[in-house]
Amino acid sequence: MAEPAQRPSVTKSPTGIEGFDHISLGGIPTGRTTLVSGSAGSAKTIFAAQFLAEGIRQYDQAGVFVTFEESAADIRANVSSLGWDVADWEAAGKWAFVDAAPQPGDEVVVSGAFDLGALVVRVEAAVRRTGADRVAIDSLGAVFSRFENEVIVRAELFRLASALKGMGVTSVMTAERTSEYGEISRHGVEEFVTDNVVILRNVLEGEKRRRTVEVLKFRGTIHQKGEYPFTIMPDQGIVVIPLSAIELDQRSSYTRISSGNVELDAMCGGGFFRDSVILVSGATGCGKTLTSTEFIGGGVDNGERSLLMAFEESRDQLSRNASGWGRDFDRYEREGLLKVVALYPESAGLEDHLIRIKREIASFKPNRVAVDSLSALERVSSIKGFREFVISLTSFIKHQEIAGLFTATTNSLLGGESVTETHISTITDAIILLRYVELFGEMKRGLTVLKMRGSAHDKEIRAFTIDGRGMHIGAAFRNVTGILAGHPRHVPSAEIERLDQLFRPAGPRGGD
Amino acid sequence: MGKYLLRLYITGRTPQGNRAIANLQRICQAELDGKYEMEVIDVIEDPQAAEDARIIATPTLIKALPPPLRRIIGDLSNKEKVLIGLDLSSPEDEEGHGHG
Repeated sequence: MAEPAQRPSVTKSPTGIEGFDHISLGGIPTGRTTLVSGSAGSAKTIFAAQFLAEGIRQYDQAGVFVTFEESAADIRANVSSLGWDVADWEAAGKWAFVDAAPQPGDEVVVSGAFDLGALVVRVEAAVRRTGADRVAIDSLGAVFSRFENEVIVRAELFRLASALKGMGVTSVMTAERTSEYGEISRHGVEEFVTDNVVILRNVLEGEKRRRTVEVLKFRGTIHQKGEYPFTIMPDQGIVVIPLSAIELDQRSSYTRISSGNVELDAMCGGGFFRDSVILVSGATGCGKTLTSTEFIGGGVDNGERSLLMAFEESRDQLSRNASGWGRDFDRYEREGLLKVVALYPESAGLEDHLIRIKREIASFKPNRVAVDSLSALERVSSIKGFREFVISLTSFIKHQEIAGLFTATTNSLLGGESVTETHISTITDAIILLRYVELFGEMKRGLTVLKMRGSAHDKEIRAFTIDGRGMHIGAAFRNVTGILAGHPRHVPSAEIERLDQLFRPAGPRGGD
Repeated sequence: MGKYLLRLYITGRTPQGNRAIANLQRICQAELDGKYEMEVIDVIEDPQAAEDARIIATPTLIKALPPPLRRIIGDLSNKEKVLIGLDLSSPEDEEGHGHG
């Protein structure tokens, strides 16, 4: 039989799983079967169930769930923690189970050849009854362990996949893997079931569990390559974080906003850009929290809303600090211009923190976001995971066209750079360094704008003081070198004059 | 001994299904001496019956009565396995008989 000359091209159906449609460039192939393979505990069943749940919630598409492992009752109960009322959907004819799980106490004797014809008939009947567009099958491995005859099971699963194709439904089948980076699935089911493979991983990395999803292949269509982290949120399910798939399409504005400090604004060439991300790095007690407090204050002074994500100090401590610098956080909060969210970094994984921050931003709709400090978050993650977190957060903030200010703590008191800074300095638009400067037996504080993308800025290292009204930036440290390196050295005036002479142009020019 | 209630689920009149029916009839006539009731259910005609009984594989023979309920999967060509499934197998009974 000849194929029709014009073959329909592969279209995709959005799964509705947040972030997944981004990395798969539009979802999974429509009218086909996609194999979702993963080791034990890699969230295969959740993926399968969420594929149906989002179909119902977002696209008004009914779904059929074929379960070989857990009973329908177990699945109903398990996914209710994700906020899905499956029983309700069943009553509405939107969700149907084909319960093919082994019956308790069920003793099966095999005598002679058999097929899985009844299963295919049941799936077809359920699809017809509900008018389903989506089918989830969980899991193929359980079918193999049920029936000894692997040859028959293979042939019958192939028949099931053909039947699904014949009905034109978009389906997901889950399968087990024995290792995270080995063969695609146990029993080699991918070879005959499907052209499309998605892999879920749950890898132990530096004592932390890291979940990732990878689209391994989609025949006849494109997708993003590589692993993307995901997390499982209560009341939502799987949320994929589409890191490098994030498009750099955010607009850059030339609108300036105040840093909350007149002198710092001047150093930055007239303030921060509205949709930029600023990193403030310094040793402990050097003025980072003050900088973020002033950043918030600068917003309040202009009637803008600020969100403060605090990971080092409690809300009350922050409020007390702020009042010591003449900023009244309690009043700002009452006026709805500020929301302080204080969290323990260790209370959740980094992916969860990211989603929490995004949610706070989405609901509070701030003009400014301060994160104090990023270094605290770095403790709970691997370096790679942390970088991905910052990229994702930065991109999200820029998409909202709001300003973000992150603080990072350096390990050494004098000079040095923070680990945080090393990992993310290229991602941020502006970097402000705060440093202790030891001079003549006295600790002074210094500030410099190290980088300011898209703008001229003051390159001097200036001394600043802190009092009850905040930060006061003064003159540059003259006659001192080596501040950033952490070894300030006094240079006699005569020497400076001599150096000055060396570079002075021949002609006369106006002094300053 | 009470009466046997047997339900045989098949998917269409395939050679495999027909074989199962013939094998079951032969075994019942030989072993159950008329004390049985046999029902053949084609799941293509009645998918709900397959759903209710949670049938996946066909042919499946369910021994509904006497208890306990048992499932025998396949075309029933292995008589000894069928007898085990029907709780009819006792070592003295079947020893020495040839294969069917």
